[in-house]
Amino acid sequence: MMKFRYILLFGLLLVAHGLSAQSPKGSVLIKNATVLTVTQGTLENTDVLVEDGLIKKIGQGLSVPKGVESIDASGKFLMPGIIDAHSHLALDVVNEATAPITAQVSMADVVNPFDVGIYRALAGGTTIAHGLHGSANAIGGQSITMKYRYGTSDPEGLFMKEAPRTIKFALGENPTRVHGRGKNLQPRTRMGVEAVIRNGFEEAIQYKKKWETYNAAKDKKNSTVTPPEYNLKLETLSDILDGEIIIHCHSYRADEIYMLINVCRDFGVDKLVFTHVNEGFKVAPELAKYTMGASVFSDWWAYKFEVYYSTAYNAAILMENDVITSINSDSNELIRHLYHEAAKTQRYGGLSDEQALSLITINPAKQLGIDQYVGSIEEGKQADLVIFDQHPLSVYAKPQMTFVDGIKYFDINEDVDDQRLKVSPTQMVEPVYLQAEDERCMHGVELFTEEAANFTHTH
Amino acid sequence: MRKNSLIIYIVLLLLLPVLSYGQIEGEVLKPEGGSFLLKGATVVTVTDGVLENTDVLISAGKIQEIGKNISAPSATELDCQGQFIYPGMIDSGTRMGLVEVGSLAETQDYAEIGNVTPNMQALTAVNPNSVVIPVTRVSGVTTTLSVPAGGLFPGTSALINLNGYTPDQMYAGFKGVPMNFPTLARRGHWDKRSDEDIEKDAQKALKDINDIWERASTYMKLEDADADLTYYPEMEQLAKVVRGELALMIEVNRAEDILSAIKWIKEKKVKKAILTGVAEGYRVAAEIADAGFPVITGPVLAIPSRDSDRYDAAYSNAGKMQKAGVKVALRTNEAENVRNLPFNAGFAAAYGMGKEEALKAVTIVPAEIFGVDDRLGSIEEGKSATLFIADGDPFETKTQIKHVFIDGYKIPMTSRHIRLYQEFLERNPGLEK
Repeated sequence: MMKFRYILLFGLLLVAHGLSAQSPKGSVLIKNATVLTVTQGTLENTDVLVEDGLIKKIGQGLSVPKGVESIDASGKFLMPGIIDAHSHLALDVVNEATAPITAQVSMADVVNPFDVGIYRALAGGTTIAHGLHGSANAIGGQSITMKYRYGTSDPEGLFMKEAPRTIKFALGENPTRVHGRGKNLQPRTRMGVEAVIRNGFEEAIQYKKKWETYNAAKDKKNSTVTPPEYNLKLETLSDILDGEIIIHCHSYRADEIYMLINVCRDFGVDKLVFTHVNEGFKVAPELAKYTMGASVFSDWWAYKFEVYYSTAYNAAILMENDVITSINSDSNELIRHLYHEAAKTQRYGGLSDEQALSLITINPAKQLGIDQYVGSIEEGKQADLVIFDQHPLSVYAKPQMTFVDGIKYFDINEDVDDQRLKVSPTQMVEPVYLQAEDERCMHGVELFTEEAANFTHTH
Repeated sequence: MRKNSLIIYIVLLLLLPVLSYGQIEGEVLKPEGGSFLLKGATVVTVTDGVLENTDVLISAGKIQEIGKNISAPSATELDCQGQFIYPGMIDSGTRMGLVEVGSLAETQDYAEIGNVTPNMQALTAVNPNSVVIPVTRVSGVTTTLSVPAGGLFPGTSALINLNGYTPDQMYAGFKGVPMNFPTLARRGHWDKRSDEDIEKDAQKALKDINDIWERASTYMKLEDADADLTYYPEMEQLAKVVRGELALMIEVNRAEDILSAIKWIKEKKVKKAILTGVAEGYRVAAEIADAGFPVITGPVLAIPSRDSDRYDAAYSNAGKMQKAGVKVALRTNEAENVRNLPFNAGFAAAYGMGKEEALKAVTIVPAEIFGVDDRLGSIEEGKSATLFIADGDPFETKTQIKHVFIDGYKIPMTSRHIRLYQEFLERNPGLEK
């Protein structure tokens, strides 16, 4: 009998393990909500049926399938899970600030699923975030698109497996400060940044040729060719040139944005998104024609000279010029109220509700290459959803429930005092965070410059 | 012939200044003084309810009259039907005018060298022509406290109105001396001190503060006794605090530190004490209320101070203190982003404070804390005409701010952000030249 129990327990563990290897998916029926689909207008008094993590049906008077929980959302607003195209949350290390090109490193290796910030982002309706390398290098490391399935202790449990590969580039002051001024290495100027990127691409082309030559020769009879040296950095750059990786480029000034557009056009690269892009509004027609868009701050400016000539009307100007535009956080704080950041485009530029909501849903999804899965409420899409008590663009709106793959990860009525997954057994004095410790684009590179340590903002 | 050409040259030279003006065009937008009659607005007085369909007459910098069907033929009339008049919002803690570009040392004027520099005057360093000022005031934030930072006693903060060409024209009638209370907190993950070192550092800082306070008290007594004193500007300034001529603004955030600060204030019999920061005030709200000290808290839009906190700890802090009976004003603690004050208030309202109290926390309450409620903080006859007109709830992002008045001056509703919008919304040439 005892033995049988052990076998049963073992069997259960196997099943549990099997489940955890694949991200769990949920089923739920959300009834009578005002559904803000983003792509197909607003549907009053409508039900959304979720089965096995996918949106199965949208309609009125849907019946509850057996065993599926039903939630009455009368008087409430349902919108797609919010997507942040630029975050460093839940990453243990952000900058590999040792060379102007570090395409070989990946943020997937440093994901920390225990970061309580993930839960807080969910409490603000954010379900997906793009975890980026920092901005120390002209070509930084590869990024990771995460679904915020808080509770897993396995970093891979957070990965959005369907998301295409992405990489971080950075222009302007950050790479020139870290390498040029900090270490007396190119680039020290915006000319140098362009050269570093062009040289990197050219080197990758040569590398690819070497392998092509080798591959063509190696199977020939009596071939004595030896393979070229494997180089992960150049492999990655080749993949960019082959269109397999989307570039997300940290940028501020219009001239440098225009420069990278030209570089990418020369190399036939069209998977290019600009991020922060404070002066994007000055080259809006070019961004609209040649890129996958711009991911901007709603109103951050003047924290450094590069962003002194910014405007909070940036997002509105870009949208009205048909640039695919999103609003990003780059902050563990802003990621909790991106709905409010998007709402600011109504003060600064008078965008419609639908335009404003697209800034934090379908548009960032397009920029991450995941818009066929998420970013709007449509049948067949993944059930990442948020219920608000008021219209999410109101300053008074409070997220009530947040779902990822149909599973509820946040419920305002079930929120408990301590949501940490892991508590330090040795730390007697808990850290107290006051303002601005969450600015992380240049996190970890203070070593290279004394003055950096004193900055409030160091994007 | 030569004489003639000389005359021509002279004439041309005289014409030069006139000709050079030919390069300048465009509308000049300046703050406009005079009398203004705001017609038919919904007046949110803050202290005396909401008055429907009411006129407000502004002249000589003041609110002269509030009522129905006011006639003032010489005043410029503004049709305010369907719009709302609010008192100008007050941000009770900023670096307004003390920094232009956050990362550039050349433009940072909020942190002087030295641990004890209470004599450093924020008002002196405020740049009346900062680009940040027009960006801020068009949002309805008309008045800010500019606060120096760093060290134990970093300087003297100043309340300013966001209009004027000299600091004196901007000065709004309050100065206070900030003090950073020693903390037993680890200041984030980068703070690698041991628990023992944290305690040692805090004890040393408290001992320093006690010594300084003692010295300032002695200095005050000697001053009062007309003693022949050596020049000692730091103590001269702190003596004013000991005497009660200036408020002591005690920056303290961790719950246990707040209790220590309250104890310290009582021991030292500080005459005018204001608690600032107070991020964990909600944990000890009853104790703060019992002690009776006013609180300036914020930013509301902040991450919780501890990992173990509820996600909304910072959002709900102000409301919890206010409900416990604490007099609470809000601050952004910002420089270039002070225009987010109404949104901080909106979040405080949503997370427990309610709209009415949140509005008070950015108008009449700070005016009372700063002792300027005879001039600012509400729409009342005789008060300064420092107010704004909006087409809706000013905390909502959808709302547009239509007009702003500061000390009776009608403020041009423009800023560099708006001018860039005007130029680049429809760029010409566009993609092709």
